[in-house]
Amino acid sequence: MLDQATKDRITQEIAGSDVVLFMKGSAVFPQCGFSATAVQILSHLNVKFNSIDVLTDPSVREGIKEFSDWPTIPQLYVKGEFVGGCDIMREMFETGELESLFQDKQVARAS
Amino acid sequence: MAMDANEIERLIKEGIPDARVQITDLRGDGDHYAALVESSAFEGLPRVKQHQMVYEALKGKMGGDLHALALQTSVPQQ
Repeated sequence: MLDQATKDRITQEIAGSDVVLFMKGSAVFPQCGFSATAVQILSHLNVKFNSIDVLTDPSVREGIKEFSDWPTIPQLYVKGEFVGGCDIMREMFETGELESLFQDKQVARAS
Repeated sequence: MAMDANEIERLIKEGIPDARVQITDLRGDGDHYAALVESSAFEGLPRVKQHQMVYEALKGKMGGDLHALALQTSVPQQ
């Protein structure tokens, strides 16, 4: 399922930005409620993030699940590390852990 | 494609024997659930690992047969 080209592409995307969100749809037009929630949280915390629309690439859509050992989308990566999906993001947002994580990792903020 | 709440609970308990599981059918359509899972097995593990243990117990049904499961995990309070 996860071929080398897809693996390379995912690795590159994750390395390419501090905060990477694999999601359904774009940040402007999310195509799923969970992805929309994830975007809202990141926007609220004012972090700069790169979103990858898995709907435009079936190999990434399936490949990222195996890559992260995680069955659902969205998926959040911060400085190359897998943080979790929508539920974890929401929980960490509510407890303030997500903000702390962004501070600790010194991620770039949106202007 | 839908999954029964009892089946979800059964699978989680099979995979994580000491788990306390509470399933809520969010829309009453047998397709969108919330699950609270409490287990001492989660002790000291990051959330990602805790959730992965639950997904593991669901044997690949998550994201397939099981469309939406809002998951929350916790360690029992002493």
